[in-house]
Amino acid sequence: MNSEDESISMFSGIAGIARRDLLLAWKRPGDVLNPLFFFAMVAALFPLAVGPSPEQLKFSGPAVLWVAALLSMLLSLNSLFLSDYEDGSLDQMLVSPVPLSALALGKSLSHWLTSGLPLVLFSPIVAITFQMPFSVTGYLMLTLLLGTISLSLLGSVGAALTVGLHRGTALLSLLILPLAMPILIFGARTVSLVASGDGVAGGLYFLAAYAVLTLSFAPFATAAALRISNE
Amino acid sequence: MTAQLSADALTLFRGERCLFQGLSFALKPGELLLLEGRNGTGKTSLMRAIAGLIEFEDGDIHWEGKPVRLNRQAFYGSLVWMQHRVGFKADLNLVENLKFEAHLRTQSGEDFEEVLKRLDIDRLKRLPLRSLSAGQQRRVALARMLLSRVPLWLMDEPFTNLDREGRALVMNLTTEHLERGGMCIMAAHQDVEIGGNVQKIVLQ
Repeated sequence: MNSEDESISMFSGIAGIARRDLLLAWKRPGDVLNPLFFFAMVAALFPLAVGPSPEQLKFSGPAVLWVAALLSMLLSLNSLFLSDYEDGSLDQMLVSPVPLSALALGKSLSHWLTSGLPLVLFSPIVAITFQMPFSVTGYLMLTLLLGTISLSLLGSVGAALTVGLHRGTALLSLLILPLAMPILIFGARTVSLVASGDGVAGGLYFLAAYAVLTLSFAPFATAAALRISNE
Repeated sequence: MTAQLSADALTLFRGERCLFQGLSFALKPGELLLLEGRNGTGKTSLMRAIAGLIEFEDGDIHWEGKPVRLNRQAFYGSLVWMQHRVGFKADLNLVENLKFEAHLRTQSGEDFEEVLKRLDIDRLKRLPLRSLSAGQQRRVALARMLLSRVPLWLMDEPFTNLDREGRALVMNLTTEHLERGGMCIMAAHQDVEIGGNVQKIVLQ
């Protein structure tokens, strides 16, 4: 096999698995809608509990929305490799000539498209309940866009490590949350800063850098983790 | 002719238990390796280890003279594996499933429709796999093997869930594969009637 063949099979592997997972999501919309519903519920219930004071809502809005988004991403991560593990497709991927890291990247891509992107698109509607101005909503979407990319990629590593374990949800959260903390801190804080009229370039640069960092190492870590946990 | 696939002094542990020690074999084009042994003697583990999913405690597998450990991707390009679980998505139909397979490994120019007709699953194209019987799902797994253009077939209990015609079909297909110069490693409980060069390993 020459190098040209390999690159073709690598890209076709990424595209192939992403397309298959999107098709599966289309046939089972519940898997996509559940985390989104969770996000909407948390964000809608919070204002009811806090009370109608606009000041308080504006102040806590970015933090609540970001925590809800983070937890909703975690919710969907648990099943990332589970069905592939159970029906044997994972074994077939492991013995494929396509590099496993390419397949892992494809899985992360489809996971982001089905859980991260819907959150980003849905967040302006939820932000209304926190009386967030339009100018701030744009930044909320931008930070969520960068943050969810990192979370999908980071999460795939954790999901791969815990795939062989029953009830690995708690462990998955323990593995992922420390690495996700910077995303939460910078994401929520950046939106708060916009709301108070401060400069935000630093936060956005950090989130973008974090996304690029995870993009460059997560697929390889996921591939290694899959080989270990599938022994 | 030199061996395409050879194994020297393989040792495999699962947990504390030693499944086998010093196991060696060599497979030339057109040969079948039959793994026999009672349940739990390590046939599936050996198969998984050959596929590189479990590490051997000791010993090496060589493919075309090179150790597989160092050339995994090239080795995976030359094998297809039929395991207990069929490895398809239950929510997708067989065309969608097999189309995805084309992204995982190169498929031969062999006519898709012909293969489905031969396996008697051409009427089931529109149905999601979960509504197919276990035997029909095994036939879809056979379609994966026929469509991939690779020399080495790994078959773990290929006769499970298949009817009499299905079992005969597996034997015919394997014989044809061997006649084309292919190789096959098969774990089976039943008597296998496959012509050609057959080696046997009985795991204790």
